[in-house]
Amino acid sequence: MAYLELDRVAKQFGAQTVVDDFSLSVGKGEFISFLGPSGCGKTTTLQMIAGFLDPSRGAIRLEGKDLTAIHPAKRGLGIVFQSYALFPHMTAAENVAFGLEMRSVPRNERAERVRAALTMVGLAGFEDRHPRRMSGGQQQRVALARALVIKPSVLLLDEPLSNLDAKLREEMQIELRQIQRTIGTTTILVTHDQNEAMSLSDRIVVMSQGKIEQIGTPQETYEKPASAFVSQFLGKTNDFAGTIDRTVAPTQLVAGSWRAPAPAGVSGPVIVSIRPERIGFGDAGLGAKIVTRIFQGNHWLFQCDSECGPAIVIRQNDGQPQPAEGEAVHLTWRPEDMSVRARAGA
Amino acid sequence: MSMAAEERSARAPWALTAPALMLFVGVLLIPLAMTVMLSFHDWGQYKGIEPVFILKNWHEIATDPYYAEMFWRTFRIAILTTLLTALLGAPEAYILNRMSGRWKSFFLLVILGPLLISVVARTLGWALLFGGNNGLVNKLLMSLGVMRSPIPFMFTETGMVVALAHVMMPFMVLSVWAALQRLDPQIENAAMSLGAGPVTIIRRIIMPQIMPGVLSGAIIVFSLSASAFATPAIIGGRRLKVAATLAYDEFLNTLNWPLGAAVATLLLIALVLIVVGSNALIERRYAEVFR
Repeated sequence: MAYLELDRVAKQFGAQTVVDDFSLSVGKGEFISFLGPSGCGKTTTLQMIAGFLDPSRGAIRLEGKDLTAIHPAKRGLGIVFQSYALFPHMTAAENVAFGLEMRSVPRNERAERVRAALTMVGLAGFEDRHPRRMSGGQQQRVALARALVIKPSVLLLDEPLSNLDAKLREEMQIELRQIQRTIGTTTILVTHDQNEAMSLSDRIVVMSQGKIEQIGTPQETYEKPASAFVSQFLGKTNDFAGTIDRTVAPTQLVAGSWRAPAPAGVSGPVIVSIRPERIGFGDAGLGAKIVTRIFQGNHWLFQCDSECGPAIVIRQNDGQPQPAEGEAVHLTWRPEDMSVRARAGA
Repeated sequence: MSMAAEERSARAPWALTAPALMLFVGVLLIPLAMTVMLSFHDWGQYKGIEPVFILKNWHEIATDPYYAEMFWRTFRIAILTTLLTALLGAPEAYILNRMSGRWKSFFLLVILGPLLISVVARTLGWALLFGGNNGLVNKLLMSLGVMRSPIPFMFTETGMVVALAHVMMPFMVLSVWAALQRLDPQIENAAMSLGAGPVTIIRRIIMPQIMPGVLSGAIIVFSLSASAFATPAIIGGRRLKVAATLAYDEFLNTLNWPLGAAVATLLLIALVLIVVGSNALIERRYAEVFR
């Protein structure tokens, strides 16, 4: 049974629809990411769950109870804000204790839980520090401890790692995942960073312009993107214009001089999408010329000029000789690695 | 860097600030020093000012209870004015800050508007409303039968405090406003998500953070009120003198410049001590919020 359920939720500001027809069931203990570019409505959706905004239509239910009828202060959700929103006039311990104070937790238990929460996020010994005397990463941890100490039914994270530098962000991602696995709190993360969404979540909700594009596991959304938007947004992809050749039997899918048996159910002009790491160099296939070759340690990045326009190829650095810049090559891939969809307007 | 260049770069800041520095010395420090010196001179009804060094004026101020009363009244009015502006100005700034765009700019203008009008005109406005039997408000209240005699306003400390508070309000609102701008826009939501109600949010989260703004506004309002001249002169007149009007009277009516200078100097010293002292206290108390 769904733990948290959003049922055709929509939000309008004036004539503008920011979130439309948003339906999602979240299981208990699940880690869900709302992924999308800025302005796609992911933060608005999070704020509706938190109660800072009221949905214009639709229902939000937690364990079957209507959440929108409950005042935000009574929802018992833990929220980590992008700016952390720590109370600057309180020490780390006072910040964490605030939610417990509001719940009238007795003093002894409060102190014990604050200490445990700070220890969990690796900040034991920082109890008496004020937020402004802490680094961004430490403030982030205080914010997380403050949200978790109240044992929230759902943890909401609003781009919590976007203000950290790349290395720290990676560390925090791993830590966040471990903490979430340990305590098993149902978590919703809002992010525009596809790597963050993929490495943290059980499922990703890809959003664009207020609508859900796809809901799926990280692997599903990457391997089987439901739309052009998803395949473009999650990692790099190559889109080649192709056609279905019906003059031969069996019918063939043709992109430049690359051909393969046509998959069932498509006809006419199509778009063929292939991830750059799934393309190899072969004796036959799509004709291309290497424009630039960039060495990136564990892999090579090739930018090619192909018969069907620019193409990106990523090859693992496996010690094999690689084609040089300016060399003519043939790009080839396994039919099961591509996704084919109808080409609009052609 | 060569020696000459080093010397030049060391001199540059001085050379660049020289014009402002000279103006500061010329129009502030020198007259101030002269006023302090003047307070040690002698004065007589017939002999005028005698440039000697005596403590007569200072002795008179220290021993005559008339002056003590005058200074106590000055500070009492200043403190009450400060409290009134803080009590009204801080909520005003908070409400203003929560308004949406267009209303916010309109009401900000309403609050700042009085700064564009002369203090004298504004104070006379109060006098027109409440002054004696002919004051508009008093007339109205009496004709409605709400009260028999007019509300005493002119020549009262209450009147002075009310009029001064009106004059000083923009300084308090602006100061609290500046503190509110530093607040994290999500901070109230953060407190709410942790279970805090509106009253708790204001008392535990907002108030402690805008307190430095309230206090720095209070310092501005206090020092301006304690040294205010126009408003006390119009509302209080000769009957209810404060330090500033007292100094003015000594200078221009009694012509006892040395005594007036002593009053002015004492007011200055007292204000500097109070302002610097409370500022140091505030900075230490709110070190974490200021950082």
